[in-house]
Amino acid sequence: MTEETKSPVPPPALNTTGEDNSATKVAPVNAAAASKSEGPVPLPWASPLVEKYRSQYGSGIEAQTYLGQNYITADSTLIHNFLRQLRDDDQFDFCVDITAAHYPKREKQFEVIWILYSFARNERLRVKVKIADGASIPSSISIWPTTNWLEREVFDMFGIQFEGHPDLKRILLPDGWKGHPLRKDYGILQQDQEWVQINLGIESGQ
Amino acid sequence: MPDFITSYLGSILTPGEAGNQFWALVYVFIIFAGVSVAVMSMNWLERKALAHFQIRLGPMRTGPHGLLQPIADAIKLLLKEDLIPAGADRFVFWVAPLIGLLAAFAVYTVIPFGPSQAVSDMNIGILFMLGVSSLGVLGVVVAGWASNSNYPLIGALRSSAQMVSYEVAMGLAVVSAILMTSLNETGTGTLSMIGIVRAQQEQGVWFIFKFFPLGLIAFIIFAVAMVAETNRAPFDMAEAESELTAGYHTEYSGLRWSLFMLAEYAAMISVSSIAVTLWLGGWMRPFPRLLHAPAWDLVFSLFPGLTFLGLASIALVGVVRMPRHAFFKVQKIGLAGFCAVLGFISLLLLLIAIAGRSNNNIASRLNESVGYIYWFLLKVAVFMYLFIWYRATWPRYRFDQLMRVGWKVLLPISLTVLVLTAIVGVLFS
Amino acid sequence: MTPSDQSSTHVLANAAPSDVKPGDSPKTYLDSNELIINMGPQHPATHGVLRVILKLDGERVLGTECVIGYLHRGVEKIAENRTYAMFNPYVDRMDYVAAVSNGLGYCEAVEKLLNVEAPARAKFIRVILTELNRIASHQLWLGTHALDIGAMTPLFYTFRDREEILKIFEKYCGARLTTHAFRIGGCQYETYAGFEKEVKNFVKFVTPKIDEYEALLTNNRIWMERTKNVGVISGKDCVALGVTGPVLRASGVKWDVRKAQPYAAYSEFEFDIPVGTKGDTYDRYLVRMAEIRQSLRIIEQAVNGIPEGPIMAKVPKVIKPPIGEIYHSIESPKGELGYFIVSDGTTQPYRLRVRPPSFVNLQALDVMVRGLLVADVVAVIGTIDIVLGEVDR
Repeated sequence: MTEETKSPVPPPALNTTGEDNSATKVAPVNAAAASKSEGPVPLPWASPLVEKYRSQYGSGIEAQTYLGQNYITADSTLIHNFLRQLRDDDQFDFCVDITAAHYPKREKQFEVIWILYSFARNERLRVKVKIADGASIPSSISIWPTTNWLEREVFDMFGIQFEGHPDLKRILLPDGWKGHPLRKDYGILQQDQEWVQINLGIESGQ
Repeated sequence: MPDFITSYLGSILTPGEAGNQFWALVYVFIIFAGVSVAVMSMNWLERKALAHFQIRLGPMRTGPHGLLQPIADAIKLLLKEDLIPAGADRFVFWVAPLIGLLAAFAVYTVIPFGPSQAVSDMNIGILFMLGVSSLGVLGVVVAGWASNSNYPLIGALRSSAQMVSYEVAMGLAVVSAILMTSLNETGTGTLSMIGIVRAQQEQGVWFIFKFFPLGLIAFIIFAVAMVAETNRAPFDMAEAESELTAGYHTEYSGLRWSLFMLAEYAAMISVSSIAVTLWLGGWMRPFPRLLHAPAWDLVFSLFPGLTFLGLASIALVGVVRMPRHAFFKVQKIGLAGFCAVLGFISLLLLLIAIAGRSNNNIASRLNESVGYIYWFLLKVAVFMYLFIWYRATWPRYRFDQLMRVGWKVLLPISLTVLVLTAIVGVLFS
Repeated sequence: MTPSDQSSTHVLANAAPSDVKPGDSPKTYLDSNELIINMGPQHPATHGVLRVILKLDGERVLGTECVIGYLHRGVEKIAENRTYAMFNPYVDRMDYVAAVSNGLGYCEAVEKLLNVEAPARAKFIRVILTELNRIASHQLWLGTHALDIGAMTPLFYTFRDREEILKIFEKYCGARLTTHAFRIGGCQYETYAGFEKEVKNFVKFVTPKIDEYEALLTNNRIWMERTKNVGVISGKDCVALGVTGPVLRASGVKWDVRKAQPYAAYSEFEFDIPVGTKGDTYDRYLVRMAEIRQSLRIIEQAVNGIPEGPIMAKVPKVIKPPIGEIYHSIESPKGELGYFIVSDGTTQPYRLRVRPPSFVNLQALDVMVRGLLVADVVAVIGTIDIVLGEVDR
């Protein structure tokens, strides 16, 4: 088990450049944060599992570990097969969660994250894929049925399309709502005024 | 006084048999008023008893210990806006609670509170009673249909299916009791409610103990079926709150809704009356034969007075325990007044009981009547309490399970009991 | 279709359990219409503002669709606009029945992100309060679940006893429901004088009460008939649908985050994971009752072994985690409650995702109720133990 209960503190980074080289990391918002050097840094993660997939997919996947938590960044074209293999071959039979994050400054604005767990290995793994705005990724419902609502929520909140999802519609917001609230360009006070006026009969919900 | 009033006074017949319309009407009014009051007090009692089962206090604010709560409820319901859903069939919607209410109250014409304390003694009394009381389901079905809404519709369908299937087991249990009435020299039974009690009197045994355990089993079947028949917990699918919000009366409000409630409680009292009449000796006091001596008569005739004395003393304890604060002054006076009324009634009853020992005709007849009505109502009250107890204790049955119990358990058992009663009756009499 | 012949492969075969297709009915009769009925959002048994659209053939359920979001407050968006410390009270408002668990999960996730660890004493206090909260949550579940099935009385009994837990919370941190009991790095408050004694007294007080609930229900014939073989879900389906918590354990999967990946001080206590065999509503009831007893065991051990020492780790006044991301999950009373936090090195989370157990578990409703009756839908909604504040966030 490579879990984090003992939380091995990674060696302090010797050079500041080593910190944000990873493309998986957030584009720093201010320079001050980027120049902080004491924090732990993501390290390359080596394990038989990674070796196996590296040999299969080559540079399509990139494995890292941060604070004892492992994650793999995969290419969006091979993600479906990769996830299926993770479930079938490596017993990651429990998809804990799917979520996404929005990085408007990047070329590929969205990062979709699968949080997986294997009962047999008692191990967690995150799989990430980066996609551009408007691009779609294959739905993983056929792999884990639980992703039905989770994908709907990601669609609702970020507007990411999941190809092959049988019923991709809004889940938490009302059906006619415009906008995807968890995008960074959606202000916290913003709302679909038109929807509010038509459906609730009030000027504004604020 | 006019002759039609006085001529009945010495009669030992019911006004219906004696052909005296005036007294029949008086009885009808008394019973109507009595049942209405009983329903109101039952409402209070249910809320209070249920609350105490559930470590709550129940109504406490409206009058001392919430004694005025039923009146407050009634006023609230009368004043409430009376809603009719847009898509409802207005006439049927309006008439549905009345059907239920009429059916529930019509059966009281044959309930024998005593040998002559009934509006009428029909020779088909029990048939009339079963027939009319099951008309109540019509009101429920019609209410559910007329509401033009899904939940009431499901509630109404559940209720009709439930009532129909429990009617069968209930009827067979009743038949086995009627069979027992025929175990006399002439070999003819009776359907008359008064006749059934008389038969128990003549045979010297309540039918619940007759051919033990056959009578008991028939009684239990009836007791289960009657809960289902009145849509009470644990068989309250028709108005299952957590499933169908309120079942068939979801769309009803105000007065109409209160009519449904009135009908439900009236039906509870009337089916309990059937059970008491058929199996528990009706108006008879316990051990009329075994403890048959003037002294025992006196002891048992003191019971009504003592009951009221007990109630009065409970009220007195309430008065004494009332906090000494200006806020409680009115409540205190009210409760003390209530206590005084109860005490007065108890004194009156005790006086009647003692006066009834003499051979004074009026006093002894009054004493007898009080005794009959008291014992009958006491037995019914036990059933009322059981209804509350069931509700506090048991979860709700599911619909299919209810039907299974009705058709696959109660029906075969009641058939067997009927056949066995017949065989045993032939062999041992 | 009886509950038992719902094939266990149903979930995998039908990829979208929540869609209601017209041709699904196992048996349609001549000239009969299916009844579409809206259960909720205002309904006594949906535990809040859940709306379940039921397609019925008579009383038999052909399919369901859940409509949620009536209580959506955008907790995840709020998080992005609050500092780490400011967001802490918000998590209490998700699963308001188990606010302490939510707080524990959040604080530990941020601590992990900061790479600090709460002191031992704080961890013990956390365990005690969280387990008390688990009991409170299960008690509330039991009361409302029993009420749904028609047993009114247990509700009042459980609320009476839950009050004692809330009193302890109130004394400890001033709030009864949305406690905000923990802070990032430990606990804000030292235990009040007599805390240990009160907790011990509570354990003594509540143990016979649990027997009392069980006396009311466990061997009650009607209760058994209403819950046995109702809402059956296999362990395989549970895993496929991401169902966690007591529902998963009742289906025979012995998995509990507290054991599998211990957090706080759970590795120091002895307790069992109760599991069921059939995965029906009755098993879930038994599992939760057993869980209450196990929680009492943990509380007893924790109170007896509570160490002295500081209750707050060294955490900077302004919390500014380094760039990075973390997922941390705990076993909340409803299942696995996870927090996924992305930090961009500023004082506010760049992205905070809550993995709500109620939301994921609710997905299993359709699988569990197909082919059952309306009354069972109510029982199954109760047995999943959802809190709409958490489902909708």
